[in-house]
Amino acid sequence: MTFINYASREINCKIVYYGPGLGGKTTNLQYIYDSTAAQAKGKLISLATETDRTLFFDFLPLDLGTVRGFKTRFHLYTVPGQVFYDASRKLILKGVDGMVFVADSQRERMDANVESLFNLELNLKQHGYDLMKVPYVLQLNKRDLPNVVSASDLTAELRRKGEPVFEGVANRGVGVFDTLKAVAKQVLLELRKNGGG
Amino acid sequence: MSTPVVLYEQEYEQLKRVITRLCADANAKFVFLVDKNGQQIAAHGEMLNLDTTSLASLTAGNVAATDGLAHLIGERGFPVLSHEGERDNMHISIVSARVILVVIFDERSSLGLVRLRVKRATAEMNTVFEVIDTKIDRERDMGIALDSPFAEITEEDIDALFN
Repeated sequence: MTFINYASREINCKIVYYGPGLGGKTTNLQYIYDSTAAQAKGKLISLATETDRTLFFDFLPLDLGTVRGFKTRFHLYTVPGQVFYDASRKLILKGVDGMVFVADSQRERMDANVESLFNLELNLKQHGYDLMKVPYVLQLNKRDLPNVVSASDLTAELRRKGEPVFEGVANRGVGVFDTLKAVAKQVLLELRKNGGG
Repeated sequence: MSTPVVLYEQEYEQLKRVITRLCADANAKFVFLVDKNGQQIAAHGEMLNLDTTSLASLTAGNVAATDGLAHLIGERGFPVLSHEGERDNMHISIVSARVILVVIFDERSSLGLVRLRVKRATAEMNTVFEVIDTKIDRERDMGIALDSPFAEITEEDIDALFN
C-alpha cells in the first residue's frame, strides 16, 4: 500500500518478488543491491536459513529520486519460495503495490512455476487483491541454462494478462533492471490513474 | 490497487509531539512509529545512527509473524511484544490496529514505566488517527479527491527516475 508522507515529502511503494523456490528472486535483489549506488540504497536484509534459503523475506529499500518534489522510494521484498512457507508468503504480500513473478525457465521446474503462480493468485485474493488489477511483470529467469523451456512456450503457459515479459539471467544481471523499471513504472502510472486516492 | 495511506503535515507534527514526550517521560533511548506495512512514520531519540528503514521493515515482519502465530492458536493478536537484551530492550505495541509503536530503552528506564507511558501515548495517538480517518472520509463523501503528488506525473518524469 503506497504511503504518502506530506510532512517529509516522501512516497514509499512496495514491490514483491514472487516465484518458486530457487528461481532467482533473491538473486534479483542481490544484483540490484550490488549494482546500485550507495546513496540510492539501504541495507539488504535477508532473513534466511543456514543454507541461504529465504526463510521469511529479503528486503531492499531503493531511493529512485524525486518526482514532483517527492522523494520516491521503492521497498523491494522477496518471499520464500519453498512450498511449505506459504504462511510467511501471505504475510509479505500485505500492502503490495506491484508484483514480479520470477519464473524458473528449467524444464523440470515447470510444474513448480505453475503451482507458485496459482499460489500467488490465491494469496492475493485472500488479501483482497486481484492479480488482474495489480501492477505485474513476468520474468523468465535462468535463460542461460541448457535445459530451458522456450520463452514463447513459457510465456504462453505463465502469462496472465498481457503483462510485460522479460528474459533474465539474474546472476549476471540480465533483465534484472528492465524488470524492476517495468514494474515500478506500472506502479507510478497506477498512482497517477487513481489520483492518489 | 488499494488507496494509499496518507499522512498530512498537521497530523505528522501531532504524532511527533506525542512520541517526543513519550521518549522523555519513559526515559527511553528511542521511540519509533511504523505502519504495519513496514513504512516508517515518525521517530525520536538519541540513537542517531539507527537504520530506521531496516527497523521499520523488520518490526512489521515481526508483528506480522506474531499475528500469524496468534491466529493459529485462536487469539485475535498479541498487541504487546517485549524483547529483553543484555543492554537495551524493546517494547512493541499496536496503536489504532494499524500502526506499531516501538520503544527502545535501557537501564535508565523500566518495563513498567514504559508500559505506563505507552498507554497514555497510545490514547493520544488513537485520537490523531481518528481525526485522519474522519478527514479522509469527509473529503471522500464530498467527492474531493485526495491531493496526489502524482496526479500530473508524466511518463517523462518516470523515465527520468531511471536515468
